[in-house]
Amino acid sequence: MSGARQLTRLLDRPRAFLRLHQSLTVIISAALVLTVLPYIATWYPFNGFGVQKDWVGGFADAGVFVLLAVGLNVVVGLAGLLDLGYAAFFAIGAYTYAYGASSFTGLHIPFWIMLVIGAAVAALFGLLLGAPTLRLRGDYLAIVTLGFGEIVPVVILNADAYTRGTNGITGLAQPDLYGLLGINGFGFTNPYLYFGTVVVIVAIAFIFLQRLQDSRIGRAWVAIREDELAAASMGINTVSTKLLAFAIGATTSGLAGVFYASKLGVVSPDQFGFTVSFTVLAMVVLGGMGNIWGVAAGAFVIFEIQHQGLKQLGAFIQGLNVPVVTLGPLKIDIGSINFINYQYLLYGLALVTMMLLRPEGLFPSRRRRLELHEDTDEVAELLADEMLEP
Amino acid sequence: MSASPGAAVPDAATPAATPADARPILDARGVTKRFGGLVAVREIDFDIPRGAIVSLIGPNGAGKTTFFNIIAGLLEPTDGAIDFMDELIVGRPVRAWAEPFFWFILPGIAVLVAAGLFAIDQGIAGVIAAVAAIGLLIASLLIAVIRPRWYISTLGRAGIFKSGRPNDIVAQGIGRTFQNIRLFANMTAMENVQVGMHSHMHATLIDAALRLKRHRTEEILSQIEAQKWLDYVGLPKRSDVVARNLPYGDQRRLEIARALATRPKLLLLDEPTAGMNPVETTQMTTLIGRIRKELGITILLIEHDMRVVMGVSDRVTVLDHGEKIAEGTPEAVRADPKVIEAYLGAPAQ
Repeated sequence: MSGARQLTRLLDRPRAFLRLHQSLTVIISAALVLTVLPYIATWYPFNGFGVQKDWVGGFADAGVFVLLAVGLNVVVGLAGLLDLGYAAFFAIGAYTYAYGASSFTGLHIPFWIMLVIGAAVAALFGLLLGAPTLRLRGDYLAIVTLGFGEIVPVVILNADAYTRGTNGITGLAQPDLYGLLGINGFGFTNPYLYFGTVVVIVAIAFIFLQRLQDSRIGRAWVAIREDELAAASMGINTVSTKLLAFAIGATTSGLAGVFYASKLGVVSPDQFGFTVSFTVLAMVVLGGMGNIWGVAAGAFVIFEIQHQGLKQLGAFIQGLNVPVVTLGPLKIDIGSINFINYQYLLYGLALVTMMLLRPEGLFPSRRRRLELHEDTDEVAELLADEMLEP
Repeated sequence: MSASPGAAVPDAATPAATPADARPILDARGVTKRFGGLVAVREIDFDIPRGAIVSLIGPNGAGKTTFFNIIAGLLEPTDGAIDFMDELIVGRPVRAWAEPFFWFILPGIAVLVAAGLFAIDQGIAGVIAAVAAIGLLIASLLIAVIRPRWYISTLGRAGIFKSGRPNDIVAQGIGRTFQNIRLFANMTAMENVQVGMHSHMHATLIDAALRLKRHRTEEILSQIEAQKWLDYVGLPKRSDVVARNLPYGDQRRLEIARALATRPKLLLLDEPTAGMNPVETTQMTTLIGRIRKELGITILLIEHDMRVVMGVSDRVTVLDHGEKIAEGTPEAVRADPKVIEAYLGAPAQ
């Protein structure tokens, strides 16, 4: 017991240091992710599922969803605005890249500049969506954002003179470092470069979002979530603060869209349907709304379960050779179940279970935990304090 | 830009009011509020002298809180106007129809430029001007919904007036508390007070994202100031406690600290002693007296507890059924037969 206590005391100082130097923590974590994750992929159970290269390609895609989730966390987790159309900004970012760097328009703006342009265009649309929804709250806001999320892919689908409709825009340029570090075009065959790029983008987004969260703007977001009327009565311009939350969320989503489009080389409207909005929202909720680290971890875990776990689960169960059970007309063959077809069923189950057992998410923020567990130890601590100080 | 947050810490706050300053700090004229057929407040003329403590009393449903919310910008009056520090803050819109013209001035110029450029040649310059026109239109409309202060004052110079929103009223110098405590329950006491300082902090998005000096100094100064306000209301050791975990009386104090952090010239207190025991009530009454005396803040008080009202007020106004039935010193009001009638009913004939 005392050994454990000694250990926690020993860890106290580095922990306080990391809390004080948040940006350094992010950079160290990013470096760890960059070096350790590809290495873990070569370990025992994982190497059976695929070679390191495939894993790293998957990690790069996971990075896109981490980016989406930390962006949505600002809108939903901090400002408390339920946004069900988040994939729209993802689509806008991706299509901005398609217009800026493909033979479709003939423009070939470099990827790094397009990141900024894509983010800016998405932010503009974030403001445009935000403006008419300002008076709405809760369910009503969710419906309007849901509508926006549906409108964008439908417009892309039907404006085929400008977007090539269902076929999508193909032949998007790859990122390029112009010989820096001996790297020219990223190509399609080297996922390590994409992985590295997405980790850097996520780290930068992380640092900025964390700093915003700890500023007067972050406090204003939380205040609006807690009590909008009181926030307005304390001098917060709720209109501009909410618009800013929408714009910041959209910016992050736009970054993710540009990166995603460049990695895939193709954009088409079916990549940005409601399922993306829903998946990202589930990531935010399951990860722990309001806590950027929890949300990122939640997004990574869910993405990997979805894209590796379910696939492997099928292979694993097939390997068990469960005999086919026949019950009259009903033939149950567990081995042939394709779990990827059931991913939303499993999502649903996971969400329901989480909401019942741990509503604050896997890694909740301090505030959320308090909100959902009112009667916990903080009160006891307070009483203990009072007893100690006469 | 006003001074840095450090410049207005409690001890250096507004000087105590001078009795020679005779103009009222707040002047309401003919304020009426109808909800459908119900007249909640009817043609109330009401003023608050600088540095005074004025109480608003009346039986339940008399329209006190409605009147309060009109001053605070939460409700728009059906009729009437309110001046604060000789400036119109709440009232019927004046020439509001002219406002949309402002939104189209800059985009209109851009459209004309684009048309001109197109007439000269069909070049890219015309396209850029046309895109600029759309951008300016979007920007104008966004500014119109955000209503920053410079926008309001520009409209004001053109003779266009709309009642301020709550945040504008706070920026003018009216702070408030709520009858049913409305703290940010899951934020710490310190953070609650820092939210109150929001409109006096100026760090922008970029300052915060890049941790520029303005953001860093402001954060530190705001923490120092917030701690001073917490000390002032008597919560020196509670800064890290989450608001919901504070005892009831402390929550009331924290609400006052938060309102003081908005640096008000007039403080609206809506039943600050509701639900308190006699000891807490006495402490609260003392605190209210101190705020006026030490900080020179004028106070408008809604209160049911007559000991508080009679103990601390310079003047009492009585509302009943939305109408003002009496006004004067506490002693005069206490003896007024109309007031007795409102509270106890008319004597039997």
